[in-house]
Amino acid sequence: MRTLLRARALAALPAIVLAVTGCAGASARTSPTDTLRIVGPFEVHSLEPAADGEVFTRLQVTETLVTSDLDGELAPGLATQWSSSSENTEWEFELVEGATFHDGTPVTPESVVAALEKAAAETASPLAEVPIDQIRPEESSVAFELTQPYLTLPAVLTHYSTVILAPASYDDQGRVTEIIGTGPYAVKSVELPASIQTARFDGWRGAAPAIENVTFQSVGRAESRALMAVSDQADVVFGLEPAGRQRVEATDGVGMESSLQPRTILLKVNAAHPVLGDVRVRRALSLALDREAMANAVLREKELAATQLLPPSLPAWHPDLEPLEHDQEAARALLAEAGWTPGADGALQRDGVPLTLNLVTYPDRAELPALATAIQAALAEIGVGIEVEVTNSSEVPARQADGSLELALIARHFALVSDPLVTVADVFAPEGSDWGVMNWSDPAVDSAVNALLQGASDAEAEQHRATIVRTAHEQLPLVPVAWYRMNAAVSERVDGFVLDPLETTWRITDLQWAS
Amino acid sequence: MADHRPAVGVVIRRSALVGVLARRGVQAAGVAVLVSVLCFLVVRSLPGDAAYRIAAGRYGYDLVDQETADSVRAELGLDRPVWQQLGDWLLHLLRLDLGRSLVTSRPVAEEVGYYLLGTLQLAAVALTFAVVLGGAAGVLAARRPGGIVDRLATAWVAGVRAVPPFLLGLLLVVVFSAQLGLLPAVGHGDASSLVLPALTLGTGLSGLVARVTRDAVVEVRQSEYVRFAHTKGLPERLVLLRHVLRNAAVVLVPYLGVQAVILIEGVVVVESLFAWPGLGHSLVHAVFWRDVPVLQATALVLALLVVTINTVVDLAVLWLDPRPRRLEASA
Repeated sequence: MRTLLRARALAALPAIVLAVTGCAGASARTSPTDTLRIVGPFEVHSLEPAADGEVFTRLQVTETLVTSDLDGELAPGLATQWSSSSENTEWEFELVEGATFHDGTPVTPESVVAALEKAAAETASPLAEVPIDQIRPEESSVAFELTQPYLTLPAVLTHYSTVILAPASYDDQGRVTEIIGTGPYAVKSVELPASIQTARFDGWRGAAPAIENVTFQSVGRAESRALMAVSDQADVVFGLEPAGRQRVEATDGVGMESSLQPRTILLKVNAAHPVLGDVRVRRALSLALDREAMANAVLREKELAATQLLPPSLPAWHPDLEPLEHDQEAARALLAEAGWTPGADGALQRDGVPLTLNLVTYPDRAELPALATAIQAALAEIGVGIEVEVTNSSEVPARQADGSLELALIARHFALVSDPLVTVADVFAPEGSDWGVMNWSDPAVDSAVNALLQGASDAEAEQHRATIVRTAHEQLPLVPVAWYRMNAAVSERVDGFVLDPLETTWRITDLQWAS
Repeated sequence: MADHRPAVGVVIRRSALVGVLARRGVQAAGVAVLVSVLCFLVVRSLPGDAAYRIAAGRYGYDLVDQETADSVRAELGLDRPVWQQLGDWLLHLLRLDLGRSLVTSRPVAEEVGYYLLGTLQLAAVALTFAVVLGGAAGVLAARRPGGIVDRLATAWVAGVRAVPPFLLGLLLVVVFSAQLGLLPAVGHGDASSLVLPALTLGTGLSGLVARVTRDAVVEVRQSEYVRFAHTKGLPERLVLLRHVLRNAAVVLVPYLGVQAVILIEGVVVVESLFAWPGLGHSLVHAVFWRDVPVLQATALVLALLVVTINTVVDLAVLWLDPRPRRLEASA
């Protein structure tokens, strides 16, 4: 009898499990009318603002003192206005009235100072670069005392690592255990690494937003995201690949939005290299690249071919320049001028030494290895041998440090804080930069960067910016290859969606349900 | 005589049980130490600057330069001698303290526990699907070897094995989620989000389960004890339940054990397709970020799971296999 019971139990077990999992099955495509469902590729592994803080800023849970508008201009955040002393060593940020944290406690100058001090202690935060002597709470403001003038401080304070969290967000060791911010939305639940739910915060100092609840779900595969977009399982889906974009465009009820990102894929060149030190060689390499074909093949959009270093979405940094061209003949001529002539097999050589170079790139962005091989093929056509090495991104700074780097294909974001000047100054640092120039400096660029950092404005600033971009355009210490576009599939349930090129926030407060 | 037989049987079973548990216990301890040390050494020998990878995992590589990497190196003591770092980990392991993730700073036990739960849920439901689908197909096919059902089952085996899980998953999403709207495409919320990933894995596995079940059932059906059961007049249903399935299960259960191990370790693709948080996901991130404590803990958990599953299989076979009773008879 026991045998029979056992056999029956065995037979019944799968049926029970199936019933348990199956009974919850029928509730998939319910579009909760009051919840905005956002899907993106990025995972949230940590609550620390310097780590994955951008998600909470984009969800408008946390706020920085200063923020940026759609044109990348500074705009008031938790600070309504700011001013600096005449030497720019003392800055004062006036806090907005009536701001409260999501736990109901008021935002005080002391709590703001405490949060900023934590950010300044994080090496990865741009605030750590600011020469801060002390940050002081005043009656209704916070004051920065600096050891040196620092004009871009307000821009640095737009960075998500400088958000203001409530004192109760931290444990006794200063780790963030809970996101208690000040924004129009408050966190309802967080399940690291993939999902966040927020709801309208009733104590928000501004007008109540139309969208009541928001969920964010991280989905790693672009194919899965595209399917969610076309089957009404998400309202806003970020980061679609070309096939997914086509699918979305062919589907009713959902549309694509896109915006150029301030990011450039470029070849970083060791300008002290015996071959690459010659500007004619650098120009020849640039002329050999058929950027439109590469952008079309890899990024599926030929408009993303870079014509100069910074994309037109940063108009202040995009002067009117002769676009970078594709001209194999001119490239061969320049190389011949530099002493490189075709050998018997067509490969270029000088004094019997073939022209071969090493190109390092990394797989963190899927298009980089593909573009690297496209560059390899393009340069092979003019007789330049390229050995592509796909490795860790850490190899770029490591080889810069030991001087062994020749070429590196990297993707550089130019507006990590709202003012590109902060990044540009780093990219063109005369001593070199891990993600910028290597062994290259130019007195005109240096003085232009310095003048801008010292606060040059208007026409003068425009001239300095043009000097920097034009010199880089002519000298090519960084060879621009392509720009980046970010995109989102947006359901027609939602009105008023705008993509912020700097991705400071997702502007959920501007959204409405379509009637 | 009849009074003594259960007692002898119990003794034999108990000693076998103790034997299994003792053997597996020693194995678990050995595996734990070996896996930890190996993991540590392998991560050490990976190319690239570990501090840099950890910093990039924490802050995104856009914000990371040599200076940030140096500060991470100093904070985590990565420049200490290798044996010191390994010794630290082993000492902490003795105290059952898995430490904190180098990237997220969260307790490793908490993090790995979360992913382990996800993996176990997925593997359990997937195996159930596989057993239900494959087992039913196998038993039906075995009723008439060479018949239509048998041939269909063979086609099924070949079909589901030939389709890679990634494609199968996408097909299932397109049909059940995008077209019919019955199930959510991805996610890790309610029970319904588990169905599609489990079905993807379970369907792939069901082919082989069907094959093994069919062969085992065919073989058992031809055995003398089944023919005897028929001869003594037992109804077909009872013969199937009492004799055929049970004896076939002795073959099937160890096979399922092996498949469970493969499921738990090899589902990275399906996990990422369905955004399902599991150990595969955690392992990939840990390797990419050089997050040694998470990597060691994940590998440790996986290794111990293999030992546990093998133990469960041993015990299940011990429980199912009728042969020890024959031992009693001869004793």
